[in-house]
Amino acid sequence: MMTVAMYLAVVLFARFHLDPLLMMLPIAGLLFIIGYVMQLVVINPFIARPEHSQFMLMVAVAIIIVNSLLIIFGPDAQAVQASYSFDSFALGPLIVDATKLYAGLAAILVASALFAFFRFAPLGKAIRACADNYTGALVIGLDVKKLYALSFGLGAACVGAAGAIIVLIVDVTPPLGPAYTLLAFVIVITGGLGSMPGALLGGVLIGLTEAMAGLFFTPSAKSMFAFAILVLVLLFRPQGIMGRKLS
Amino acid sequence: MLAVENLEVSYGDVRALDGVSLEVPEGAIVAIVGANGAGKTTLIRTIAGMLRPEGGRIMLRGDNIAGLPSHRICNLGIGQVAEGRQIFPTLSVLENLEMGAMLPRARGEQAKNLERMLAMFPRLDERKDQAAGTLSGGEQQMLAIGRCLMSKPNLVMFDEPSLGLAPAIVQHVLQTIRDLNREGLTCVLVEQNVAVSLKLASRAYVLENGRVTLSGTGAALLADDRVRQAYLGM
Ligand SMILES: Nc1ncnc2c1ncn2[C@@H]1O[C@H](COP(=O)(O)OP(=O)(O)OP(=O)(O)O)[C@@H](O)[C@H]1O
Ligand SMILES: [Mg+2]
Repeated sequence: MMTVAMYLAVVLFARFHLDPLLMMLPIAGLLFIIGYVMQLVVINPFIARPEHSQFMLMVAVAIIIVNSLLIIFGPDAQAVQASYSFDSFALGPLIVDATKLYAGLAAILVASALFAFFRFAPLGKAIRACADNYTGALVIGLDVKKLYALSFGLGAACVGAAGAIIVLIVDVTPPLGPAYTLLAFVIVITGGLGSMPGALLGGVLIGLTEAMAGLFFTPSAKSMFAFAILVLVLLFRPQGIMGRKLS
Repeated sequence: MLAVENLEVSYGDVRALDGVSLEVPEGAIVAIVGANGAGKTTLIRTIAGMLRPEGGRIMLRGDNIAGLPSHRICNLGIGQVAEGRQIFPTLSVLENLEMGAMLPRARGEQAKNLERMLAMFPRLDERKDQAAGTLSGGEQQMLAIGRCLMSKPNLVMFDEPSLGLAPAIVQHVLQTIRDLNREGLTCVLVEQNVAVSLKLASRAYVLENGRVTLSGTGAALLADDRVRQAYLGM
């Protein structure tokens, strides 16, 4: 899904010279609709099936997306060259790429919006309620199917925003999605499944680890360190850093 | 107000309700009595739309509501205080209550109802920002009742509301149900405490292996030898 958003940003930029950062919201909106419909039409019929068949369904969807992108865009890397692509700021001794600064700010913005939604919006609370106690949600008449579709749509929208941001920094190729999925998996497990602060912490931790490893050792060894952290966390705190204890 | 006719429900090949019929008049307390596994929870969940019946009808003021999804049925004014309380443990007490008023029928009066509930259950007011999972069993039961009432129901089905509570708190829960009924709420009551629930009830049904085997006024069943033997140990 993220690669879909990245290609959308690439196309919008190449055809219409629309800045990916400005296109972040419309792309997120479009992905929301795709995610919402996909949950209702494709995933809902599988909701009562065992987890491995849901997993196979998602793998199938991913394969279809990757190969459709291959057919449409070919295997070559594509990039966006914004007017500020080569700008940078000097913060004391540090030199920060403009693209990375903007991307970072946009990411913080999206994360805060998401936090606020789950903390304050009635629908956000209802999604948390569903995750907390499914039967309880049915008992008080929450429309669980709609809430599932909404959360899937929101997930897709976030990924869409992420794609629009990240395309400034990373060249996009069709198989990029699965690579990031693995990274996201490592981050979420490290931070603690089901915890938003945990995911944020995991992201910063894994990101810093990879960057440090690239700096002090060799860039090709950076994944090794990320996985080492994952293994350490799983050994000493199987529920993740901020995850709730599994009973 | 509510009439269940020949309801049949199965879990896979296991038949849990085998042609259950009962009637809940407006303003009444109707008790449902039965041993473990008799099908009481299944009956309540089917009326609530959480399970799909294979046969039979559930008539609410003349309309068949059998098979409607649970959020539609709740919005018709049928609430449930479920077995095991089913609160949201990581949400705060206040958020739990708010969730009770997500239905279209109640959303407009959320603030007013919230005030009413906090006045009705002062313990919840004292603990309103606490995670609901940290409440005591009795407080959680109050929360489950309060959350249900947030949807402004006309009929509430209570499934073993006193299970696992200390006697003093059981009294409080039952008193709350009686008060709500006096204010006009129609109640369906499933209770382990058969003597008390029959005393409260104007009508009662005995459920055995998915069938209604006895019915009558609460007082009549309380005097019935079979009930006294099987459920009151006399
Ligand atoms: N999810 C389920 N899957 C399969 N069988 C079930 C399920 N839930 C209940 N049953 C079966 O259906 C029958 C009725 O169960 P139900 O929970 O309605 O009984 P109950 O009268 O509420 O009992 P209790 O007093 O223990 O709460 C039982 O035989 C039970 O084993
Ligand atoms: Mg039960």
